[in-house]
Amino acid sequence: MKIGVVTFPGTLDDRDAARAVRLAGAEVVPLWHADANLHKVDAVVLPGGFSYGDYLRCGAIAAQAPVTQAIVKAAEGGLPVLGICNGFQVLVESHLLPGGLIRNENQHFICRDQKLRVENVDTAWTNAFELNQEITIPLKNGEGGYIADAETLKRLEGEGLVAFRYLEVNPNGSMNDIAGLRNERGNVVGLMPHPEHAVEAGFGPDTFGTMRSGVDGAKFFESVIKAVVNA
Amino acid sequence: MPKIIVEIMPKADLLDPQGKAVLNALHRQGYGKIQNVRIGKRIEIHLNDAPSAEDLEGAREIADSFLSNGVIEDVVNIHVED
Repeated sequence: MKIGVVTFPGTLDDRDAARAVRLAGAEVVPLWHADANLHKVDAVVLPGGFSYGDYLRCGAIAAQAPVTQAIVKAAEGGLPVLGICNGFQVLVESHLLPGGLIRNENQHFICRDQKLRVENVDTAWTNAFELNQEITIPLKNGEGGYIADAETLKRLEGEGLVAFRYLEVNPNGSMNDIAGLRNERGNVVGLMPHPEHAVEAGFGPDTFGTMRSGVDGAKFFESVIKAVVNA
Repeated sequence: MPKIIVEIMPKADLLDPQGKAVLNALHRQGYGKIQNVRIGKRIEIHLNDAPSAEDLEGAREIADSFLSNGVIEDVVNIHVED
């Protein structure tokens, strides 16, 4: 089981994503932005950060990178792809997921442990969750406000393509409290919060019982391993 | 040097947080008459020669496909400057 983790210039969370993949029991394959060769990986993580300095629009330049073009093609063929934060923005700019992400409504960069509801478990990245499970993983973004036109929003809701919704607090003004989306096929999932920062006790969000013991993010990586094994 | 100018604005019905922050700052400076401020982008594409119809067509294409994102922005103007 080989999972690629992409690094663009300005990516920050590639090492945390790689660590999450290793903790889940898969082999990490570093993928470089300028290299269109996906090295026969079974899945890809587009991690968070500020690819290309967020120039032009968040994710817009990364969407044109050789590695991304190869990922788009492979994703259309069913390769599981997870976009986290800036990775979600790259997926949106690559048109693998619809809509757009704009500056947070309150104009602040938000960093908090965020409660989410898992709204869809029929995907490569969420099958280890239970439907409507409530999870907490870190969120840290300045441009995480999800928007789409009315027609797209209706389709997303009608076809069950919302994968995660913010609970209790909508941190960035996202329409319909949307925190993450899936594509029709279920192989592509993107979300603003960071599962890779909640995979090991001692380093995750606080839970009711113990400080920093939250590991809800680990299920993303368990899910994809299950999906690939069963494929 | 001849240039093609592409002007991009956030969609009219979207909140423009940059514009709002600047508006608030201007109000603090006493410019109470100002009703609204919106901030967009001006992108200059420099060419060696005066742009042909084909160059302009190309500029329109990249303005729509790459320089702007139709979900959140509108290309409001494309013109040539010397």
